[in-house]
Amino acid sequence: MVSRATASVPPVPEPPEPPVPREPLVLGIESSCDETGVGIVRGTRLLTNTVSSSMDEHVRFGGVIPEIASRAHLDAIIPTLGQALAEAGVELDDVDAIAVTSGPGLAGALMVGVCAAKALAVATGKPLYAVNHLVAHVGVALLDTSLFDGGQLPDNLGALLVSGGHTEILRVRNLADDVELLGATIDDAAGEAYDKVARILSLGYPGGPAIDTIAADGDRTAFRFPRGLSAPKYMKSKADGGHRYDFSFSGLKTAVARCVEQFEARGETVPVADIAASFQEAVVDVITSKTVMACREHGITTLLLGGGVAANSRLRALAAQRCAEAGVELRVPKPSLCTDNGAMVAALGAQVMVSGAAASDLDFAPDTSMPVTSSHL
Amino acid sequence: MLILAIETSAVASAALVTDHGPPTALPRVRAEFVTEDTRSHAEVLAPGIRQMLDDAGTGPGDLDAVVAGVGPGPFTGLRSGIVTARTLSFVWNRPLHGMMSLDSVAWRVAVDGVHDDAGSDFLVATDARRKEVYWARYRLADGMPELHDGPHVGPAAGLPQLPVYGAGAGLYADVVDAVPGYAMIQPEAGALGELALLRLAAGARPVDTTPLYLRESDAKVPGPRKRATGAGRS
Repeated sequence: MVSRATASVPPVPEPPEPPVPREPLVLGIESSCDETGVGIVRGTRLLTNTVSSSMDEHVRFGGVIPEIASRAHLDAIIPTLGQALAEAGVELDDVDAIAVTSGPGLAGALMVGVCAAKALAVATGKPLYAVNHLVAHVGVALLDTSLFDGGQLPDNLGALLVSGGHTEILRVRNLADDVELLGATIDDAAGEAYDKVARILSLGYPGGPAIDTIAADGDRTAFRFPRGLSAPKYMKSKADGGHRYDFSFSGLKTAVARCVEQFEARGETVPVADIAASFQEAVVDVITSKTVMACREHGITTLLLGGGVAANSRLRALAAQRCAEAGVELRVPKPSLCTDNGAMVAALGAQVMVSGAAASDLDFAPDTSMPVTSSHL
Repeated sequence: MLILAIETSAVASAALVTDHGPPTALPRVRAEFVTEDTRSHAEVLAPGIRQMLDDAGTGPGDLDAVVAGVGPGPFTGLRSGIVTARTLSFVWNRPLHGMMSLDSVAWRVAVDGVHDDAGSDFLVATDARRKEVYWARYRLADGMPELHDGPHVGPAAGLPQLPVYGAGAGLYADVVDAVPGYAMIQPEAGALGELALLRLAAGARPVDTTPLYLRESDAKVPGPRKRATGAGRS
């Protein structure tokens, strides 16, 4: 990089760092998948949560198309930003910091939000915090006053994040600097499996709500579909080369396809509701059993459920039942805070700022596989 | 006028361009930054702009407009410049103008006086990856480049038989008439800003910053599902 300035001005002395407010006003930008989100919080208080989704443009493909999502982000980001500021009644001048999802997510999609956030930082001179999308899904819980008292997360907290892009079990000691990944999917995310199975069953996109609805009329014990990575040989700990808290859903999807084809080959009507209910049971059973096991074995006493699939009725019901049996408190933020949004990014940004962490350098790159151990850059 | 121009259809670049000076003088670049790299726009652009503004002692109050190159160019890099320009324009409340990125190279050709074959056309081409180029056809009129065809995207071998300027010429010098000394140059914010200022001063109709992708996303609507078993359909 070369910088060739012809006008010269005397260097301006750096102003002293202002003290970090206890409840900073933070504007957060989220663009890791198909939702363009801008949220504004004051500390743990939600002021606005504006989301523009390109989901409708992905319907005919049966899944999120990264380039289409990226194009939609470019068109949506400024209108969404303007709307969020107007709804919150906030001027950019008043904002203490900008926060943005720097990963994990789709490269081209992340890039739009990251460039917008960097430009906001340049234009306003405000500090910028590049934060982790998954940790933000946990941080969002602080904004839902019905979940925890006192505006802080409880001790011995775990999180189960289930969405179209993620299926992870986290242990959360400190949002700003101490989050551990206990387990994750090794192939498809749970929400992705829902989308693919919905396509097999001709139920449309997105698959989660479609399958959840029709499964209500089906028998979840009609078929015994596989629970991935549950065989004893996989149940060794990660340290011993096992997949004790990990998930796999690609075999399940194939098993559903084979089941459907067997009905078709015999010329019989496919029992869509029974297959949907049995598929859903397989997903939810393996997710909740492994998560509750992780809670027991790691002393987790409160479990936060997040991600778009947290809206799934059977996941909520079985998680509630198994957590209760294990003596684990289950908390689920309201749906608008579970799906991808900018408020969660702002909420985590505020926590990182209050922790005293340095703002991100402007030259950071989006990280498509940013690990949860890196809560911010 | 003083404008901030941002151009990321190939390399990442930004420039402060002014037409303050004698009425007959051409606009000049007051400060600029240019990268060699075509794949790190999201990292370098914002810090580059901030450093350039700081070094030049220029604040938003000094700027009359923001100009963005709108391509054609590889999608991700192109978007980085457009979203940056849109955001700066939004926050600073300054007008935003789009400029077709290949015009930058055409303006270099006009200013440098290398295309002395008056009245004849020339091409500008940049790398579109996938063994193709983005290209457009220009003619000089009163020292100004006029766009006569394009922009298009396609294989270099399909270009009209005309002298070709820009990095797309150098990449395919075996099949096109690459102009020596101009076969590696890229669209840059400085030249783009100079031409933008001339057009603004001449009262040209403003252009928005809709990106010129020229290609659809690669997504295909899925066909019938693949069968997990060998069983035929009933």
